Amino acid sequence: MKTGVIIFPGINRERDMMIALRRSGAEPRMIWHKETDLAGLDLIVLPGGFSHGDYLRCGAMAAHSPVMTAVREHVVRGGYLLGVCNGFQILTEAGLLPGALLHNASLRFLSMDCHLRVERTDTVFTSQYQRGQVFRAVMAHGDGNYFADEATLDRLEGEGLVALRYATPSGDVTPEANRNGSARAIAGILSPNLRVLGLMPHPEDLVDPLMGGTDGKPLFDALAVA
Amino acid sequence: MKATVTVMLKPGVLDPQGKAIGHALHTLGFGTVGEVRAGKVIELELAESDPERARVAADEMARKLLANTVIESYQVSVDV
Repeated sequence: MKTGVIIFPGINRERDMMIALRRSGAEPRMIWHKETDLAGLDLIVLPGGFSHGDYLRCGAMAAHSPVMTAVREHVVRGGYLLGVCNGFQILTEAGLLPGALLHNASLRFLSMDCHLRVERTDTVFTSQYQRGQVFRAVMAHGDGNYFADEATLDRLEGEGLVALRYATPSGDVTPEANRNGSARAIAGILSPNLRVLGLMPHPEDLVDPLMGGTDGKPLFDALAVA
Repeated sequence: MKATVTVMLKPGVLDPQGKAIGHALHTLGFGTVGEVRAGKVIELELAESDPERARVAADEMARKLLANTVIESYQVSVDV
């Protein structure tokens, strides 16, 4: 898959994302947020960080960057799009995924491991996991508390667009496992065509034994061969 | 002409910042404080002399950027 990683001012997780993509065999290129031509790319990744200093709201400024017009066109063309952490926040601010990310319910910045239960595997992002499988990921965010109105949450659930939920290591969805307070323990959601995924935790943080594990690697392996 | 946009979280959206402020006020002895909500005030200096046009412009700015209407509501006022 021809892959581009978009860099907004204040993004700081782009190199980790590049490493994860490369380790799975992709040859990504970095794209500055002022570029406006994304033709030829199959996958666009919005990495984590603090775009524009999180001013106003996390992702609010980046959602209106010049490159986002091309990102919208890419989505309309049926291209693949992955947003992680601040990237997920940008996707909701841009209206490319529903809902919003509020301050963590605890008001604390959470920097710790979490466990994610895979809710569906017939997507280009999750095809190398098993349904119900739990994998470890790292959360590092102050605003990861997924919110949407009840009707939107019901629609997401009804259409099977919840990709990942916070869970215990054994796969139980409990309030304790849902550290940031997300509605229905949602950690990641899909677009109706299953080609856009946004998630708060960082799968790119665990793609090598030297990083402490490879739980996130199947996501990038799946993208590389898709 | 100055327009002021006040942005608040919608009722029903958890406002942990407001809760924390309320808690701190109780700790300081302000026992009469009930619910506290925290928001933002954004002042806009507009090159505009007609208050209605200023209001319309500020409203559009609020909808497009200043507020996220998924979680926030806003009010626009114009100084005349």
